[in-house]
Amino acid sequence: MLNRTAENVARATPEPLARKVRGISDKGLAWLFISPTILLLLAINIFPLFWAIYLSFTNYRANRPNEVVKNLGFANYQRILGDQDIWIAMQTTAHFVFWTILLQTLIGFTLAWLIDRKFRGHAFWTTLILVPMMLSPAVVGNFWRFLYEPQIGLFSYVISFVSGIPPTSIQMLSNVSMAPWSIIIVDTWMWTPYVMLICLAGLRSIPEYIYEAAEVDRASNWRQFWSITLPMALPFIMLAVLFRGIENFKMFDMVNLLTGGGPGSTTEVASITLKRQAFESWRTGYSSAFAIILFVAVFGLANIYVKALNKVKQR
Amino acid sequence: MSLTTAHSVVAPSANSKRIAGAIIIAYALISIVPLLWIFATSFKTPPDSIAYPPKLLFQPSLEGYCNLFTTRTRQTPEYINSLGPATGFCDETTRKRNMVIAGPSNFLPRFVNSLIIAFGSTFCAVFLGTLSAYGFSRFKVPLADDLLFFILSTRFMPPIAVAIPIYLMYRELGLSDTALGMILLYTAVNVSLAVWLLKGFIDEIPREYEEAAMIDGYTRLQAFWRTVLPQATTGIAATAIFCLIFAWNEYAFAALLTSGTAQTAPPFIPTIIGEGGQDWPAVAAGTTIFLVPILVFTILLRKQLLRGITFGAVRK
Repeated sequence: MLNRTAENVARATPEPLARKVRGISDKGLAWLFISPTILLLLAINIFPLFWAIYLSFTNYRANRPNEVVKNLGFANYQRILGDQDIWIAMQTTAHFVFWTILLQTLIGFTLAWLIDRKFRGHAFWTTLILVPMMLSPAVVGNFWRFLYEPQIGLFSYVISFVSGIPPTSIQMLSNVSMAPWSIIIVDTWMWTPYVMLICLAGLRSIPEYIYEAAEVDRASNWRQFWSITLPMALPFIMLAVLFRGIENFKMFDMVNLLTGGGPGSTTEVASITLKRQAFESWRTGYSSAFAIILFVAVFGLANIYVKALNKVKQR
Repeated sequence: MSLTTAHSVVAPSANSKRIAGAIIIAYALISIVPLLWIFATSFKTPPDSIAYPPKLLFQPSLEGYCNLFTTRTRQTPEYINSLGPATGFCDETTRKRNMVIAGPSNFLPRFVNSLIIAFGSTFCAVFLGTLSAYGFSRFKVPLADDLLFFILSTRFMPPIAVAIPIYLMYRELGLSDTALGMILLYTAVNVSLAVWLLKGFIDEIPREYEEAAMIDGYTRLQAFWRTVLPQATTGIAATAIFCLIFAWNEYAFAALLTSGTAQTAPPFIPTIIGEGGQDWPAVAAGTTIFLVPILVFTILLRKQLLRGITFGAVRK
């Protein structure tokens, strides 16, 4: 009722005045629209981050909340940078990131390049290929543990069938040298479609006339691939690498479910170390310092990388 | 991006198309095998599931599904015989293994938790995201680029790193192991995606619609409600499904911050154990039930998939 009256009044009033009468100013509205999100992020992201920074300078333990908290200065950071185990965990992480990205980019790009040929029914098969990346890594990791079982698993059966090695000696998850690869295989299986999809977008963004021009110049297929296809798709490939890199640097679910960091500490990536320190040893202050170092590392690397990406884009 | 747009790179020869098609189909079939295996295992009996060599042909059974929803205790055959006739299919299968059903398992409550938390957080994230995206898209917001980058950067942090202070914060506030706590957390994680995606969608809606509406006497808010929102429905729906998939699949926060009443399905399913180890048919049954909604969404979403997984950084 009131609204209707206001509307009638407004309809009779010149437009700028009408807006003032019935609404909040645009500036106020902008803040009204944006502030809830910002407030939520401040509460659930920034406040915890600052809390973690504070904790990283202390010897606080979350399982002993009543103990006196001592300020240690930079001692936690010093200990982390001097801790052999942490460096090994960082190396393991780097190893995972390197191999998963290399394999996913190679296979993903090749698949995209093949799909771009538009064979019959390509849309259906592309959708089918995309399914693994939509699943929960936890559920997937857990189930791959079953596939990897040396006595009963499908994976070991197929491998032993093909290679003739007895299935009992295909110990993917408990063999020191195979365990990292068992995780790399699952991660590649799951995320290659992701890289493929982005590469496909890159390939489809190349305007056709460039190829036509190359054809007129009688450039060989090989030459066209190296001087048109690859450089034009490169920003997309780099974007895929960026997203996968950040994600795999944080990798936790798959490792936790497949190997839990073992055997020994062969698959102990940074996130697993962090979980052990924070939620098993309850060294909250120490693990907070490690968390901050990791965050700064991801943030710094991502920033450097984005700068390189922008340079490639401008070319 | 559409996977079906007509476009050809210098008409590849029929032969090369055929070879490309064969390789892609082979890859697709091989990559789908683990999923088919999960599905098949969910219909095996526990002995069949661990047979070697793995059984391709087997008598289908719903025992895995029965075991998923119940807990069982071992009893003597005499005791089981004294119980009288079995009360339904699950009871019967259980008795065949010299066990009786002790009660319902935790799967259903965990699954319901997943539903509540995923839908709750999706609703909140899309609601906040739509407002903010409209704000960023249509108004001159001071430091807009910095704010948008700040929103994006909240995704850089390893979940475990944020989990420590959030664990402490939730303990203080009494939000530990509550659905509300998880909804808030997933909303915060998803809102960055929602803002970025929706900003892209809203940017594509011409401003002229609202201007026309406002000349007709609508306020900004009414113009937003009556012209922008209806135009953005597809984008909002796609965003909602992406948020839903993330919240549905999330494991790290759920595993660290919930243990009982608010636990979701992803950390629960791996803990299903039977007699002497993991009950693989039951795990497979839980996995299958858990995966079905995602499969449906994937098919619905395939046209928007690219935007969603790259925060809208790659369009069309």
